[in-house]
Formats: sequence, structure tokens, C-alpha cells
Amino acid sequence: MKNYVQVETVQMSFGTRKGVFVALKDINLSIARGEFITLIGHSGCGKSTLLNLVAGLLMPSDGILLCADREIGGPGPDRGVVFQNHSLLPWLTCFENVHLAVERVFSATEDKAQLNLRTHEALELVHLTHAEQKLPNEISGGMKQRVGIARALAMQPRVLLMDEPFGALDALTRAQLQDELLKIVAQTNSTVIMVTHDVDEAVLLSDRIVMMTNGPAATIGEILGVGLPRPRNRLELAGDPEYMRLRSEVLRFLYERHAHPEAA
Amino acid sequence: MKYRRFFGEHLFHPLIGAVLFLVVWMILAQSSEALPGPLKTWDSAVALFSDPFYNHGPNDQGIGWNILNSLGRVGVGFGLAALIGIPLGFIVGRVEFIDKMTSPIISMLRPVSPLAWLPIGLLVFKAANPAAIWVIFISSIWPMIINTAMGVRQLPQDYLNVARVLNLSEWKIFTKILFPATLPYMLTGIRLAIGTAWLVIVAAEMLTGGVGIGFWVWDEWNNLNVEHIIIAIFVVGIVGLLLEMLLVKLAKRFSY
Ligand SMILES: Nc1ncnc2c1ncn2[C@@H]1O[C@H](COP(=O)(O)OP(=O)(O)OP(=O)(O)O)[C@@H](O)[C@H]1O
Ligand SMILES: [Mg+2]
Repeated sequence: MKNYVQVETVQMSFGTRKGVFVALKDINLSIARGEFITLIGHSGCGKSTLLNLVAGLLMPSDGILLCADREIGGPGPDRGVVFQNHSLLPWLTCFENVHLAVERVFSATEDKAQLNLRTHEALELVHLTHAEQKLPNEISGGMKQRVGIARALAMQPRVLLMDEPFGALDALTRAQLQDELLKIVAQTNSTVIMVTHDVDEAVLLSDRIVMMTNGPAATIGEILGVGLPRPRNRLELAGDPEYMRLRSEVLRFLYERHAHPEAA
Repeated sequence: MKYRRFFGEHLFHPLIGAVLFLVVWMILAQSSEALPGPLKTWDSAVALFSDPFYNHGPNDQGIGWNILNSLGRVGVGFGLAALIGIPLGFIVGRVEFIDKMTSPIISMLRPVSPLAWLPIGLLVFKAANPAAIWVIFISSIWPMIINTAMGVRQLPQDYLNVARVLNLSEWKIFTKILFPATLPYMLTGIRLAIGTAWLVIVAAEMLTGGVGIGFWVWDEWNNLNVEHIIIAIFVVGIVGLLLEMLLVKLAKRFSY
């Protein structure tokens, strides 16, 4: 399907103490099924807001969002979300946090043992089998983020929405999980929208990189297609001239044309 | 600092405080005819607690029965308050128009001394015991409503977002998110409530009579048995402290 997720002339304003604040304006984007999109832009430009609109957690002030030709009227388990601040429930163990999601999606068709197996598998995927019975407060920030990823993946959503999922991770774990994600996405053919600050991550993972201008009234400044063949190997890509070109393209957008007001 | 090590860090300071307290008490007792000293009170307490559960009819029972009766009244009044106050707190915290409707009433009634409700209780129930329970109920219910509602209101949006993304049923939202998130606040409410309830029971029983620590104090005052009054003060204090400790322990178990 060519236009699996469609964002049409979307505007998002928030009512604040100082009046109406227009965060996003004139956002148009259509995403094909199975496509991997990254959103990149300076802090506060509205990346999370756009992601939350697709998730259905926010309703646009103007314009319309569609998923599989149906208007997005609210959140649903067909769109899995990895939150920027992981949002685990602190009174549930890692296992229970993931199980809550698994149960919601699969309990109609599967028995208890299968649900447990799914939960174990999801946690194994992010290398957290040893921490299954721990509470979120007992594990590190990066581990929490991985549980959040496991929770979203375990639901096998058709669209995976991730808000800086690897932001809190060290470079090594980050690379490992990026590779893991690429494999999973290739396997499940899921559509992914991911917010990131990391230029290398954007180029390595994406089919297209959506670069956003600075707010207020931020919009999509440019969309960069990444034609690198898959499967991609980070080591081989490191010296690849096309990779270098794409990378500097993004950097130029971020630091020359839309330098952060404070940084400029 | 040999003694310090001997008694342990935790006991050292409280022990000094206790000794000082006893000394002051002794001095006061020396200079006053009516006030018995610590030793005399101690002897009286030993006698009293050697047979805490005797029963010589409704007006003469052991100290143990008196304490248990008071605790029973607090338990029932407090339990009823929890049964009604906590669900009410959830509703007030969750539904905005009910919150706005009830908050002036609650703010007005909360500072009223619980004893002011006693005549109403006597009038309605026409008996002393339910009236005392009624007073406990009314004094416990406000902190429970207010704190539960506050817990519900402070529920982080993030948790609700999780619930929305997972599309959880109302029941799951309640058991997995709303209830556990509110539990620490609820326990604060319960702790405040049981504190006031225990404060109020002594006064209520003084007015209503029957078997109970409050009435016992009043009875001993009529007998001019000052040692027993002092013992009662200690007993009320210690039981209150134990209740508080129990609830703090419970609250620790449920803080995240
Ligand atoms: N609920 C809200 N009410 C008012 N303003 C909001 C609200 N949510 C977001 N904003 C504003 O909208 C803008 C975009 O916020 P958003 O969280 O989407 O930024 P972001 O691009 O995700 O930033 P970061 O990279 O730091 O996470 C910000 O200026 C923010 O202050
Ligand atoms: Mg953000």
C-alpha cells in the first residue's frame, strides 16, 4: 500500500497560559507500508507531538491523519508506541509490564502458556531475560528503555512509533539494538516512524529521513530518501561515499539552514 | 563513649530523653500533693496489668477489655469510613464536576470538631455505642476522601497514555494503573484518619460511657485514682504509636 499512513495539512496548537501556541503547521506526509521513517530536528520542534498525533494520543487542531485509509480517532494496539520516557508502570515487574501488552492483544486467541512465551521472547530480544522479575526502579535507564521497546514489539503492531528509543543507551547497546530492530522490521515488514537526534542512526535505519524546521509553527523542511541497499552493515557503510553524502546532507540541514536559534 | 556503644546508636538518645522525662516528673511529683511519681505509678501499672482481662460486670472490667473495646470501635468506624470514603475519593478525583460540587462542602465540614457530630449520632441511633462509632466514622472519612482524590488527580499522564495505547479495559485500568498509583496517597489518608480516630475515641467515650479506655479515664477521675489516669495516658500514647508504626510499615511496602 502506497499511502499507509497519511498526514494531511495537519496543524497542532496548544492552549497555554500565554495564549495559543502553534507547535506544528502544514504537515503533509504519506508513508508507505513497510517503510522506515525517521523524524529529525532540533529539540522542541515538535517531533514528539507529530508522533503522538499518529499514535492518536493527540488530536490535530486542523487537518486529518489516516492509517490504512481510516481516520485516526484515538490510540490503538495496531500502533505500538515506545515512549520517550519509557513510561513503565513502576509497580509491575518488567515481565508484567510486557505481559500487560501481550495479554491485551493476544489473549483472545492464545492460552496462558503462549502469552507467557511471547512475553519471555520479547524480553529475550532486548537481552533482558535476567531482569524479568525486577521492578523498573531496580534497573538502569537504558534497561527501562529496552523494556519499553520489548513492550511495543511484543504487540506486533502494524505501525511502530518510537520516540528516541535508543536515546538513553550507550553506543554499544545502541548499535546492537539498532541491528536487532532492522532484523525484526525486515521480518515483520512493519511500518516504523522513529524520532531521533542521531544523524548516523537516521541514515543507517531509514528509507526516508524527515527533517523538521524549528518551531514555533514547525513544519517539514525537507525529506531525504535513503537509497542504500538492505540489509545494511554499519561497518561497510562507514566508508561508503553515498552514506557520507547523506550524512552530510542531514548535518547541513540541521546546522546550516536550520541552526537552533540559541546555537546560531 | 563506652555506654554509647553498649546501648547502641538508636537507643542512646531516646534513653537520655526518657531519663530526663522521669527526673522532671519526679521533681514535679515531689512538689505536688496530688500528682503521683513514676515509682508509684509503676507499681499501680504492674498491679493493673497483672490481670488485664477480668470482668466484674459492665462497669468494672480489666484494662485489656477497655483497650480492645476502644480499638473495636475505632476499627468499625474507621472501616466503614474506608469502605465509603475511598470509593468516594476515586469518584471525586476522577469526575471533575463532582469534585467541584463537593469540594466546598468537604472544605466546610472537615474542620468541624468530630465531637460536634456526637449529638447527631445520639439522636439518630439512640444509643451510645453506635454514636461513638459514628463520630469515628465522620472524623476518619475526610482524610480518606481528600487523599484518595488527590492521588487520583496526580496520576501521571504517562500512565494514562500507556493505558490508552494498550487500549486497556476500564477494569484493567483500575487494577493495574489507577489503584496502585493511588495506593500511597490512600495509605497517607488512612494514616491520618487512624491518627485522628484514636485521638477522638478517648473524648467520645468520655461523653458516651460504656467499656472503653476513654470512659475508663473518666471513671478513674471520679474515683480520684490519678495513677490510673496517668497509665491511661501512656496506654493511649503507646497504642497510637503502634498503629502509626504499623501503617508506616505498610506504606513503605507500597511505595515505588
Ligand atoms: N501539552 C502541551 N502544551 C503546551 N505546549 C506543548 C505541549 N506539548 C508540547 N508543547 C510544545 O510544543 C513544542 C514541541 O514539543 P515536542 O515535545 O513535540 O518537541 P520535541 O521535538 O519532541 O522535542 P525533544 O527533542 O526535546 O523531545 C514545544 O515547544 C513544546 O513546548
Ligand atoms: Mg520529544
